Amino acid sequence: MSFMQINDLKVHYPIRGGFFNTVVDNVPAVDGISLEFEKGKAYGLVGESGCGKSTTGKSIIGLEKITSGSIIYEGENVTNKVRGRNSAYNRDIQMIFQDAHSSLNPRKRVQDIIAEPIRNFLKLSPGEERKRINELLAIVGMSEEARLKYPHEFSGGQKQRIGIARAIASNPKLIIADEPVSALDLSVQAQVLNFLKDIQDEFGLSYLFISHDLGVVKHMCDNISIMYKGRFVESGNRKDIYTNPQHIYTKRLLSAIPEVNPTNREERKEIRRAVEVDYLTNHHDYYDENGRVFDLQTISETHQVATSAQKKGGI
Amino acid sequence: MNNLDQLLTIKDLHTGFRIKDTYYDAVDGVSVSLRKNEILAVVGESGCGKSTLATSIIGLYDHNKTRVQGEILYKGKNLALLEEEKLNSVRGEEIGMIFQDPLSALNPLMRIGEQIEEGLIYHTKMSKQERTSRVLELLKQVGIPNPERISRQFPHQLSGGMRQRVIIAIAISCKPNIIIADEPTTALDVTIQAQILDLLKELQKETGAGIILITHDLGVVAETADRVAVMYAGQIIEEAPVDELFANPRHPYTRSLLNSIPQMNSENEKLQVIQGMVPSLVKLPRIGCRFADRIPWIPKEAHEENPTLHEVSPGHLVRCTCWQHFHFESEKGGNSL
Repeated sequence: MSFMQINDLKVHYPIRGGFFNTVVDNVPAVDGISLEFEKGKAYGLVGESGCGKSTTGKSIIGLEKITSGSIIYEGENVTNKVRGRNSAYNRDIQMIFQDAHSSLNPRKRVQDIIAEPIRNFLKLSPGEERKRINELLAIVGMSEEARLKYPHEFSGGQKQRIGIARAIASNPKLIIADEPVSALDLSVQAQVLNFLKDIQDEFGLSYLFISHDLGVVKHMCDNISIMYKGRFVESGNRKDIYTNPQHIYTKRLLSAIPEVNPTNREERKEIRRAVEVDYLTNHHDYYDENGRVFDLQTISETHQVATSAQKKGGI
Repeated sequence: MNNLDQLLTIKDLHTGFRIKDTYYDAVDGVSVSLRKNEILAVVGESGCGKSTLATSIIGLYDHNKTRVQGEILYKGKNLALLEEEKLNSVRGEEIGMIFQDPLSALNPLMRIGEQIEEGLIYHTKMSKQERTSRVLELLKQVGIPNPERISRQFPHQLSGGMRQRVIIAIAISCKPNIIIADEPTTALDVTIQAQILDLLKELQKETGAGIILITHDLGVVAETADRVAVMYAGQIIEEAPVDELFANPRHPYTRSLLNSIPQMNSENEKLQVIQGMVPSLVKLPRIGCRFADRIPWIPKEAHEENPTLHEVSPGHLVRCTCWQHFHFESEKGGNSL
């Protein structure tokens, strides 16, 4: 059973102009998406830059004003609500940012950074708080000496782990991870990914994993949604998306990923070319006359694809 | 190896940066050569010296704070010793460069056409009309639709992929023999990345230039390169033809890197992690195998005292002897000593 539902979420940015600087038009950054979160599962949001995936994450946590649609958290409508320190929603939804360095206050010590959510949401005595900070540092594999250091004294991977320690400090249910590893080197990336998986198993966390890297998302996520121009083009579990992609955009994205295997280069180039031709000729099957993605149609229990109604009959 | 085929030969290059009156070598004894009609990929993690290698070749470094020693031989000249003025005639004309971030590499106040023309004015004796037609031809060559219109536009009016195409057009404008591409697709989306890499390969076939492709992405390497040099802590630790490297990686670092990629077609729950961190330039021990600290379960005797590159099969070079005894920590045994 899902603990959180997002229904037809829309975030439109106004374009101002004209004589009185009035709103003349809107940019639909997120244009009607629905998601459900279940306990202990990881959800992936994949798309190219500018498709609205980060805006989705920000609007869920409340950093972006929602234009329409609703977020229901444990039966309560929390859309655009002013939420104080006592709100359960703020405690239970946490975020990990892409750039660990700029997400940590350079003038605070590690212990104060990690303690911030504890002080906000959990009423602990100073002794308990210290114990909890040591616990958290142990979880992310750092020594207790780190408590008194400042963020600049750590490497990129360590900073990202401090960010993770802060995110899990308030025992959240859902962590929104916006490109958590794309600024890291390969070997460090592996470290952080392994570690995110470990704490997921241990605490039954749910993730919303926002990334442009289909390899990383496949490694981490159970359910994956592909986003284009603020809408989902395809949504399904790992198998649906990677072995049975239906939407042309998904196919195009998958064919463009470089494979770590130099043997069948020419073959893959041919596939890329064929998909590109398909993309140009069958455009109207997947996008309406304004270039907008169609609504999602269910094709199996887990798998949904955005195609025109006519095409759906043909499958 | 035929010497006539070699476009560029680098011999024992050391590039050091000055920190408090001491020079620390970021590139520490690199010897590598580029042949005609070849894409040589230089791959490594951040801080391994791969970009420093590129800037050393064309002299794009701060001369007050940098020391370059060794030989960079191009057409019998040592570029490392060349004066700035003479180097200017090589840069752009014979060696083109493609940068990572196309927006900051382009001048925001100049029209696209003018920027491409700039190199032609400096390096050729073409007339105005010839230059204009060459610019349009170049734009067409890099796959820009409607070149007449684009050449009058400014960089901010183009998308990221288009900007990178313009950068490539500038790099090939004087038909250089060598193109250095420093992370050309890192700032781009995957679909655009595939297009740009295909374009680079096609251009390389047409012009016969040699390309040095600097990247951190092993997928990009597998898709484009002919030969690969893997760098770690300022040194080349493995060099091989691309098929050989991916089929038989030898050096522990290369093997660990390949194992830490979250792959599309593997269901492995755990990714390989390399213990410890890339050593900093200042604290780097300059003796012994530089990777030894990160594979502590391999006995000390397995490493060479002064690791050098050994040829293990034709064209396949590996530094140090530790690869013969290497196994991952999770595996048992391997070859015992």
